[in-house]
Amino acid sequence: MGRYVIRRLLQAIPVLLGATLLIFAIVFALPGDPIRALAGEKPPSPQVVEVLREQYHLNDPLLLQYWYYISGVLFRGDFGTTFQNVPVGDLMKATFPTTLQLALTALMIQAVIGVGLGLWAALRRGKAEDTMILASTLILISVPTLVSGFVLQLLLGVKLGLFPIAGTSEGWYSFLLPGFVLAGGSIAYLTRLTRTSLVETLRSDYIRTAVAKGMNRRRVVGRHGLRNALIPLVTFLGADLGNLMGGAVITERIFNINGVGSLLIRGVYERQQPIVVGVVTALVLVYILANLVVDLMYAVLDPRIRYE
Amino acid sequence: MAKTKNDLLPSEGGFGNEPLLAVDNLHVEFHTRAGVVKAVNGVSYSLSAGETLAVLGESGSGKSVTAQAIMGILDMPPAVIPKGEVRFRGTDLLRLSEDARTQVRGQRIAMIFQDALSSLNPVFTVGWQISEMFRVHRGMSKRDAMKKAVELMERVRIPAAKQRVNDYPHQFSGGMRQRIMIAMAIALDPEVLIADEPTTALDVTVQAQIMELLADLQRESNMGLILITHDLGVVADVADKIAVMYGGRIVENAPVHDIYKAPAHPYTKGLLESIPRVDLKGQELYAIKGLPPNLLDMPSGCAFNPRCPYRQDNCVTDVPPLHEISGVRSSACHYWREVLDGS
Repeated sequence: MGRYVIRRLLQAIPVLLGATLLIFAIVFALPGDPIRALAGEKPPSPQVVEVLREQYHLNDPLLLQYWYYISGVLFRGDFGTTFQNVPVGDLMKATFPTTLQLALTALMIQAVIGVGLGLWAALRRGKAEDTMILASTLILISVPTLVSGFVLQLLLGVKLGLFPIAGTSEGWYSFLLPGFVLAGGSIAYLTRLTRTSLVETLRSDYIRTAVAKGMNRRRVVGRHGLRNALIPLVTFLGADLGNLMGGAVITERIFNINGVGSLLIRGVYERQQPIVVGVVTALVLVYILANLVVDLMYAVLDPRIRYE
Repeated sequence: MAKTKNDLLPSEGGFGNEPLLAVDNLHVEFHTRAGVVKAVNGVSYSLSAGETLAVLGESGSGKSVTAQAIMGILDMPPAVIPKGEVRFRGTDLLRLSEDARTQVRGQRIAMIFQDALSSLNPVFTVGWQISEMFRVHRGMSKRDAMKKAVELMERVRIPAAKQRVNDYPHQFSGGMRQRIMIAMAIALDPEVLIADEPTTALDVTVQAQIMELLADLQRESNMGLILITHDLGVVADVADKIAVMYGGRIVENAPVHDIYKAPAHPYTKGLLESIPRVDLKGQELYAIKGLPPNLLDMPSGCAFNPRCPYRQDNCVTDVPPLHEISGVRSSACHYWREVLDGS
C-alpha cells in the first residue's frame, strides 16, 4: 500500500509539470497586453511599459518565461508576484482554505442529501416517493447556480434571516447556504446515481442469497446491499471535490466569499500568468490527491481490489 | 384410469406418511409488459425426510421458479402465485406472514444456487457470511459463530479451513465456493435443502465431488434434498425419484431406476437418448428436435407436441392429464403406454 501511494505521487510530478506548462502557454497566447490592462484608462508612457515588460520578462520567449517561473517555484518556493507586487503564494494561502472549506461543506451536504434521497427512492422504487424524488432532482439539475444562489440568498438570507447573507464571518454556519447552492446539481446527480446503484445491487445474486438465509429486509439492504452499492458513489464524490473547488466561482461571487474562484477570475482578466498558473496547478493537485484517495477507498470498500 | 394431476400426490403411496414438504397444484405467473408469462402451471411434488427428489428440465421449464416459490424468494411483483399450496410439515407456507416465512428460510428450508461466485457477497469474508447464520438466528457472539463457521468449513471438506476463514469469496476456486454455499445452507441443520443446479458451473470432476458431498451430508442429517438440474447424468447416483418438468408442468414422475430403465414420456425419453454414451462413440448424438416452448405463447394441447415423435391429433387439442402408471409413477402423455413399450 505504502509503495503504491509513493508511486502514484511520483506519477503526479510529470502531470503537474505538464499542466503548468500548458496553462502557462494558454495565458501566453491570450490576446491583449497585460501591462496596458494593468494601467487602465490612462495609457502609460512607452518607457514605463518597456521597463515593466523587462521586469516581468514579458519580452522573452515562452519557454524561457516558463523556466523563470517554474525554477522559482521549484527552487525557491516562489510562485511569483502579481503586477501589484503581491506574492501569489500569499494570495493562494489566503484563498485556498476558504474555498476548500466551501467545497468540503458542499461535499458533505451532497453526500448526506444525495445518498439519503437516493437510498430512499431506491427502496420505494416505482412508488410516489420515488417519482417525486426523481422529479425534484430534475428541477435541481435544471436550475443554474446563478438562479438558485440569488433566490435562496434572498429567501433564506434576506427575507427569513435564517442564514448569513454574505461573507464568512460566522464560521461553518456561513458556509451552509453557499455550500448547498454549490452542491445543487451534484445533489441531484448523486441522488440518481445512488438510486441506480442500490436498485442494481439489490438485483444481484448475493442479495437473493441473503434473503434465502432468512435475513430480514433491514439487514439485507443495510448490511448486504449498502456497502456494495456505495462503491461507485465514491468515484463520483472524489472527482466532484475538484469540480466543486474549480466551479465555486459563481457561488463565491454571489455570497461574496473571497476564495480561489475570485482570484482565478482576476488572474485571467488581468492576464496575470503567475496567478492563473498557480491556482490551476493547485487545483490539479487537488484532483490528483482526490483521485488517489478514491482509489485507496476502493481497496477499503472492495476486497477484490488490492494494491501492492 | 385417467386421474387428473390435481388429486394425485405421486410419492405418498410409496412412503405412506405425511410428506415433509408438499407442493400442491402450484401456479406461478410473471406479469410483464409483453404479457402474462405462465412459468409454473399446476406443479405438484412431495418430499420426505432423507429423500432426494431430482427435478429435471431445461431452461424455462419452471423448475427454478417452483423452488424459488417454495423458498419465498420470488420478486413479487412481477411474480404472482394465483393458485396452489406449499405445505411444509402440514403448514401452507404461502399463507404465512413475511415474518413467519423469514423464520423458515435458511433455518428450516435452505437453498444453494448455481453460480456460487455471484451468490456470495464479494465484500465480506466467507467466515463472516457463514457465521452470520449463527449470529443472526442463534444470537451467538462473533467469536463463537466464527468457530462454528470453521467447523462447517471442515465439514464440507475445505482444506485449511482455519486459515481460510478470513478469506474473501474471490480467493477460492469454483468448487470451494460452492462448498462454502453448502456450509452456509446446512449451518442450522435445515430439514429441506434445495440445490438449484449446484454443479452446472463446475468442472466434471468437481461436479462429482460436490454431488458426493451433498449425498453424504444428507445421509448424516436425514434432510430432504431437492436437486434441480438439467443434467440426467448428475442425478442417477444420488436421486431417489425424479420429476421431469416441461413448459411449467410436470410431465413425468418416477423412482429413479424406473425412469432410466423405461421412460414413460417422450420428453424424458429424448433426454435419456441425448446423454453421450461410450458404447455409441463416433455416432451422431441424438438431440430433441425443435426449441423449448415460448412461455408467452404456449402450444395448444400438450406443450411438447411440436417436438414429439409420438404426436397424434388429440395432442394438439387436449392437454394430457398426469396419468397414474403405478403407485409411484405417473406420466402426462396420452400415449404413455406406447412410449413405455417402445423403450
